[in-house]
Amino acid sequence: MRKLLLLTSVVLVGLIFIARLFYLQVYGGFEYDVFEDSAIRKVYNYPKRGYVYDRNGKLLVANQPSYDVMVIPREVEPMDSAEILEFCELLKITKEDYHRKLDRATNYSPRLPSPFVAQLSKMDYAVLQEKMRKYEGFYIQKRSLRAYQTTIGANVLGDIGEVNRSIIAKEPYYKMGDLIGKQGVEKTYEKTLRGVKGIKFIQKDRFNKDIGPFKEGTLDTLPVPGKDIKITIDSELQAYGELLMRNKRGGIIAIEPSSGEILAMVSGPSYNPNLLVGRERSKNFNKLYRDSIAKPLFDRSLQAMYPPGSPFKTLNALIALQERVVTTSDRFSCSLGYRYGNRKMGCHPHRSPVDMNLGIYESCNAYFANVYRKIIDKYDSPAEGMDSWSKHIKSFGLGNYLNNDLSVGQPGKVPSASTYDRAYGENRWYTTFTISNAIGQGEVLATPIQLANMAAAIGNRGYYYTPHIIKDIEDETIPLKFTTPKYTTIDKEHFEPVIRGMFDVYNKGTAKYVQVPGIEICGKTGTAENFAIINGEKTQLTDHSIFVAFAPKDDPKIAIAVFVENGYFGSRFAGRMASLMIERYIKGEISRTDLEDFVLRHTLEHEYAKPFSDEPFGINRQTTLQTVSPEEYRVISDIKATIGNE
Amino acid sequence: MLRENTRRFKFDWLTILLFVALVAFGYVNILAASHVGEITNYFDMSLPYGKQTIFIGLTFVLIILILSLEAKFYERFASIIYIIAIISLLGLFIFGKDVNGARSWYGIGSMTIQPSEFAKFATALAVAKYISDLQTNMKTLKDQIRVAAIIFTPAILILLQNDAGSTIVYLAFFFVFYREGLQQVYLIVALALIILSILSLKYGLVLTSIVAASILITRYFTRKKKRTSVLQYILVLTISIGFAYGVQLFYNNVLKTHQQNRISLWLRLEKDPAKLERMKKAEAYNLIQSEQAISSGGFYGKGFLQGTRTTGKFVPEQHTDYIFSTVGEEWGFLGSSLVVVLFVALIVRILYLSELQKSQFSRVYGYGVASILFLHFTINTGMVMGLIPTVGIPLPFFSYGGSGLWGFTILLFIFVKLDSNKINEW
Repeated sequence: MRKLLLLTSVVLVGLIFIARLFYLQVYGGFEYDVFEDSAIRKVYNYPKRGYVYDRNGKLLVANQPSYDVMVIPREVEPMDSAEILEFCELLKITKEDYHRKLDRATNYSPRLPSPFVAQLSKMDYAVLQEKMRKYEGFYIQKRSLRAYQTTIGANVLGDIGEVNRSIIAKEPYYKMGDLIGKQGVEKTYEKTLRGVKGIKFIQKDRFNKDIGPFKEGTLDTLPVPGKDIKITIDSELQAYGELLMRNKRGGIIAIEPSSGEILAMVSGPSYNPNLLVGRERSKNFNKLYRDSIAKPLFDRSLQAMYPPGSPFKTLNALIALQERVVTTSDRFSCSLGYRYGNRKMGCHPHRSPVDMNLGIYESCNAYFANVYRKIIDKYDSPAEGMDSWSKHIKSFGLGNYLNNDLSVGQPGKVPSASTYDRAYGENRWYTTFTISNAIGQGEVLATPIQLANMAAAIGNRGYYYTPHIIKDIEDETIPLKFTTPKYTTIDKEHFEPVIRGMFDVYNKGTAKYVQVPGIEICGKTGTAENFAIINGEKTQLTDHSIFVAFAPKDDPKIAIAVFVENGYFGSRFAGRMASLMIERYIKGEISRTDLEDFVLRHTLEHEYAKPFSDEPFGINRQTTLQTVSPEEYRVISDIKATIGNE
Repeated sequence: MLRENTRRFKFDWLTILLFVALVAFGYVNILAASHVGEITNYFDMSLPYGKQTIFIGLTFVLIILILSLEAKFYERFASIIYIIAIISLLGLFIFGKDVNGARSWYGIGSMTIQPSEFAKFATALAVAKYISDLQTNMKTLKDQIRVAAIIFTPAILILLQNDAGSTIVYLAFFFVFYREGLQQVYLIVALALIILSILSLKYGLVLTSIVAASILITRYFTRKKKRTSVLQYILVLTISIGFAYGVQLFYNNVLKTHQQNRISLWLRLEKDPAKLERMKKAEAYNLIQSEQAISSGGFYGKGFLQGTRTTGKFVPEQHTDYIFSTVGEEWGFLGSSLVVVLFVALIVRILYLSELQKSQFSRVYGYGVASILFLHFTINTGMVMGLIPTVGIPLPFFSYGGSGLWGFTILLFIFVKLDSNKINEW
């Protein structure tokens, strides 16, 4: 027995040790990851982010260097309060900030770097650079920030900001403190623009001193520079659109019908993209984000869904011709509206009876109610008719996401039989239940970009290219889906009468006052009723002003949709703005300075203030236009003078 | 002539093979732990591995010397060797050189020699000599006191020189005494004291008393000998509680702060996060770095000279006391298990050979060798893996250092010589 004590002890200790080693190295051990290894310093080399040019080669977005103070919490040497205070003074932060930031970084990860103070100015950097060695666990990371060469197009260009943890979890390429496209083309073309960062692995010793390359540098990579891109935006047209939208809210989308390229994409109110660069970024972003009234971050050209109103009538005319339920010369009578059952859809006074041409340029509700009923009732049941109608409408890119390269979007809404089956029950509804569809109200919703695309499809006589923002990528071709035409369900020959109707809108119809000499514009005004909940009550507000157009009539160069919130009737603001945009794009100058002056001189801010005034207010006819202050007008004139002269 | 020839091959080659394997693998790891940049000169005397090359070279000279002496020499001169060792330890108080707060070295030019490394085999010889005396009976208190005096003399001298780690090693002789007849009660008392100490520090006096009382009460009602009175049990309980209290007093008043902290870390006594954070930078730093290095090795290890934490010298003292963490990082679970197996095999082999010895002197000495190696291995490896509180002692044959390597080599090879001679001893 006595012989066994030491022997068993030895064997037992051996077994315990092997078990412990197994626990440490195999069970608790993990796959070796050089990124997790605190003995290896990872030095990132951020490549140049690709530049952004407009369609004419004008530089819109370039870069500027920026310096972040990064921290690896577990490598931070404890400092006494005097040292901390000194460090805080260098960084221009308070002692509380210091502890809060350090806690937050530790909370994220004690061994991975986190940004401590982001985006130092060049001056601060110069001072700090020399003293940084003293503070173990902290280092300076150079990155490149955006330098906007323009004050326009914030919604188009977007911005870059620090990645958050959920992105890092999904895409390990990104490390804490990295910048990523947050909105606009920065977001959709992130991978193209950012390139690939290079990395150097350096062996450290325990005093945090570099002692040489890790594995002779065999794992190191060089940065791959980001690619420059050219976007389809015409920056002069964009700037002009933003100027027109000043003091108003709404969206303008201009598309080149022959390619689907977006020429301008205006959302009002807009903001200066330079606000979202540098140390003030988060402060400014919050201010924009929290503005729940004007919602500057809400891209009204892409995200705002409105009932399309009268421009939608052109589609009903096309479907009726395609389905052969009317001919262009069929006439319907209109006596201030259309009666169905004991209800009536109102219309304004005009000649009667109405054929297609008159129906379009006078925007006759009764005519389109009749046409719409014929379309639906052609089939045995309203459900079949409805689905057939819905299919035609959707072939114009309405009712679904456009699936393009813009960072935000909305599908809009186009009803089908199932929409009404759900609402009323199967076979328990009739065509008249859905009659508002005839005039683009009711269940139909569309975004400005969808309407502009619709105009492009009409202008092209039956097809469109998916509207997109990318024109060229350095050493790459743009996606095929942007260069393949999409055909509507309407045959080419049916477009001519409808286009003639739209041309007459300018010639003798609702838009004759906004004609532009020398350009054959085809368009359609629209007015959309809208409501807001004020103090729990549904209250009607002044109508939205809508205009959809393309020009010239044959072989169109531009298709446009303009939406002005609470702008009242279609030609009042939207029509004027559409004409001005078209003229500016095609002629490069403005001959109808009267239109321009009207748009620039008037503001709708008082209109937007009404719902928040807590006082009763009038709408539509009861409103009066207000002009901008002389100072504002001077600012506007200054901006106008710079456009095209930069 | 013939006899001379055969005797030369009577050495236990398995032991020698295990020794060579450990020294060789140790050297490989010292190379990894101490190299700076590329290794160009294995004899670079400015770096530990260069010196170790020389130390190992000289070791073989030493081995030949030890093996060529008559086996009888060691038994005959055991007492004299022991006395020389004691004198050399005493001499440190006058001629010693302070290194890291311990006065354990003689400085001869640029070389240093640590006599405590040599005192181990000397003590083992003395213990073997004393116990193997025909008149010695380990069951008597007189002889127990005398052997205790033999081991505690060098132990206390070393403790006075501020080298607490090396002192603990002398407790290894307990295994030898137990093998040679020390009463079982010592074993029970030793185990009880260890458990009492841990309980007292970790859970406090009240809980410890309750545990001790419950055990004794159970024992009292299940006792076989009815003669033992209640009073005896009460006495044992009182002593136990007194000891538990004494441990606390010792911990709080006698131990130095760094020693307290090592125990506190081991038993996880410290709950204050701020203080823990401070410990992480001080006492626990080595331990954390060492555990991290071992864990990061994974199953296969990172490969020779590929250990990032080793190359970056993250573990202080890695080529000496923390050499095992290099094995862990660069050779992984496979390599470090191999080292454990090599040590266990060596110790078991020595034990096996000891039991085969004809002379009691050889057997006791062999047991001493096995015990000392066992304690060194257990404490060092256990510490590096975080199982045992930090105690600064080297890993035999593995750690960098001339005195240590030579001390252990002499210790082992005297036994190899004694073993080879067993045939002649009747």
